[in-house]
Amino acid sequence: MTPPVFPRKNPVLRTQRMNLPPMGRGRVAHGLTRAAAVGDHLELQVCEECGAVQYPPRDACGTCLSPELDWRKQSPCGELLSVATLHHSNHLYFRERLPWRIGVVRLDTGPTVIAFLTESVVPPRAAGGAERTRVQVLLRLDRAGQAVLVAQPIEELNMNLKDKLQMETGCSPRGRKILVTDGKTAVGQAIVHALLDAGADTVWVGFSEPWKRGEEIARLRDVPGVEAVALDLTDARSVAALGGELGGKVDIVVSNAEVHRTESISSRPGTDSARAEMEVNYFGLLRLAQAFGPALKGRAADGPGHAVAWVNLLSVFALSNLPSQGTFSASKAAAWSLSQGLRAEMLPHGIRVLNVFPGPIDDEWNQNVPPPKLSAGALAGAMVRALTDGVEDLYPGEVAQEWFARWKDNHKALERELVAGGL
Amino acid sequence: MMPRRTGYEGVALVAPFTVPYERYSIRNAQWFAAQALRGLLKEARLDKSQVDGISLSSFLLRPDTVVGLTQQLGLSPRWMDDVPTGGASGVMALRRAARAVQCGDANIIACIGADTNHVESFRQGLANFSSFARDATYPYGAGGPNSMFALITDNYMRQFGATRADFGRIAVSQRANAALNPNAMLRKPMSLDDYLRARPIADPIHLLDCVMPCAGAEAFLVMREERAEALSLPHVKLRGAIERHNAYAEDPVMIRGGWLRDRDELYAQAGISPDRLDVIHTYDDYPVIVLMQFEGLGLCELGGGPEFVRENTLTHDGTVPHNTSGGQLSAGQAGAAGGFLGLTETMRQLLGTAGERQVKDARWGLASGFGIVNFDRCVCTGAVVLESAP
Repeated sequence: MTPPVFPRKNPVLRTQRMNLPPMGRGRVAHGLTRAAAVGDHLELQVCEECGAVQYPPRDACGTCLSPELDWRKQSPCGELLSVATLHHSNHLYFRERLPWRIGVVRLDTGPTVIAFLTESVVPPRAAGGAERTRVQVLLRLDRAGQAVLVAQPIEELNMNLKDKLQMETGCSPRGRKILVTDGKTAVGQAIVHALLDAGADTVWVGFSEPWKRGEEIARLRDVPGVEAVALDLTDARSVAALGGELGGKVDIVVSNAEVHRTESISSRPGTDSARAEMEVNYFGLLRLAQAFGPALKGRAADGPGHAVAWVNLLSVFALSNLPSQGTFSASKAAAWSLSQGLRAEMLPHGIRVLNVFPGPIDDEWNQNVPPPKLSAGALAGAMVRALTDGVEDLYPGEVAQEWFARWKDNHKALERELVAGGL
Repeated sequence: MMPRRTGYEGVALVAPFTVPYERYSIRNAQWFAAQALRGLLKEARLDKSQVDGISLSSFLLRPDTVVGLTQQLGLSPRWMDDVPTGGASGVMALRRAARAVQCGDANIIACIGADTNHVESFRQGLANFSSFARDATYPYGAGGPNSMFALITDNYMRQFGATRADFGRIAVSQRANAALNPNAMLRKPMSLDDYLRARPIADPIHLLDCVMPCAGAEAFLVMREERAEALSLPHVKLRGAIERHNAYAEDPVMIRGGWLRDRDELYAQAGISPDRLDVIHTYDDYPVIVLMQFEGLGLCELGGGPEFVRENTLTHDGTVPHNTSGGQLSAGQAGAAGGFLGLTETMRQLLGTAGERQVKDARWGLASGFGIVNFDRCVCTGAVVLESAP
């Protein structure tokens, strides 16, 4: 048996409380947060009149004073000019995690930024040396959910999973104990495997009606690291019982259970199927958050393998209602709204809430939706990648990406396009 | 043709006064400002009503400004100024006061830098020091100015071959000066070895590169020379003054400050070259900045700072008497009063009242300022040349 990634906790020791990184940001600076939240590459303000790239974020162009500053994707490449290693900090979060390496990076597009440096960044040589230290500057969310810049060597594709900055800005499943609320669907099964492939220590998999789906349980039963648990999200007692049992151990909750019916408002009289969707998609999430939220919040600094994230499987139809799946869309919109409330409660405790907004998944309920459809495996892979990168909102696949872009660009246009039919 | 910039003829500086420093104080900045004014009046044997102008610099006076002090202290000035530029505030307060007395907008102006220091006040000031600091530096380790100057120091060392020992020479000689200043906070002898062995704070900055925040005040009066003479007040003359903000913004890491841009005008106004200076007071919130001031103010070339400090002695009896009070590194940094420390000490040297640390026959003195780490460097720079009155 492989040893656990994180050492076992000494139960006698006090559980450390989470002290967050600095929360303060001006409204303009949240342009970085917007890009970091969806895992975009570096975005900076660019003057629409003179083209000057700006940093730090500001209210008018530092060159021509134009107020027309637009956030645009930037080359992340630059040169590292100087390095300092902080052995002292005025802020508890940093103080508890000293030392920190920071540096000055001159971006190829002009501005100079202060950024954290990964351990793999080598300081620049003495002046006059031919070697220059080229780095790429990434946008990441810190434990307070605020955007920060991290510089890593230009040739490095991904941050080392053991790098402190990766640990502090990402939510990798590696070594973690995870609850996946529904193992019976193809998506649930794929998520379990993707988490295990990413190094998860334990995955508890919920089954609402274990007697009904013996086949799916059987498929996971013999997988090392997996444990099936009874979990019925429509039953408050079932959720509370599991919360009592696992609450103190879970590092990541993946809320993937959903009821999906393909009904429009007029395709079916009455509210039974809509109620069933809400019962799981919205109330189920609420029950789950009440049962597991407090425990997660209390363990956000519980050793190196602390509690770290909450994942919600939503739908891109939460953004704008897909009329042919009107009631499902509405339940996902309700869950989306609740997830924002959950994030507001989790963020001050250092727990990331990742919302996943897929387009149509290639499953039985989307049988009549034309391709492209998202495979369960692709969804699970994207979710694990987003967790690792510490992203807050994930739009996996082409349909979701395009839907999100259309919605951002003109949500009224999207509404009208959906009246006309299609996706 | 544009008219030439008017000189500072006829402007006198009177009565340098220091409210003794304390490491921490439970008193308000207002208390230190009031005691500074009281001290000035006593030194100059003036009545409160004779002061018709007041200039104040303080970080911790909020929610008050200089306005609040008029009612608190029962003043009715016809001129006031609030100079929020920290390490550059002394030079800037003086420049503004000088013009006011030259024009007759005020007769006697009290220039005061005053701050308190509670246990938490330094830390609390950092997170929202500026919007750029809040958004773009504080979230990167919350090291405060230490971290920004560590980055500047690291770059300077690489660019110009400076070593820690070069910075150490500055700190060690200032400590020797401080031993002769009864008001200095840090007077225990310090060797270069002590300096080099100090623990890292924000590597390459170590403990003895950092100033010690404290409470206190520095103050002086500005008036016309005729008035000082009529009142039989010993004074020194303002001979030149410059300020410059956000200079060389194109340098990706700071390697020079605004002094370089305007120094020729400074010395032209004063009618001297830098080698005539008998005593120099730089703003020493980190030794690397002292080197940039030596370079920027023409004592050596850009990048020549390390060699300059290797070739000179910087104690009050050395080849380049520098920061004879001990500077902020050893006397302490009383908030915005730190921007006045070099001025009051230059005045003492030129008035011949510097006691044991008196520089012999000091006639020409320079005091420079440097303030406000808005983002990655201090933005405000300034310098003045003072001359003793015969």
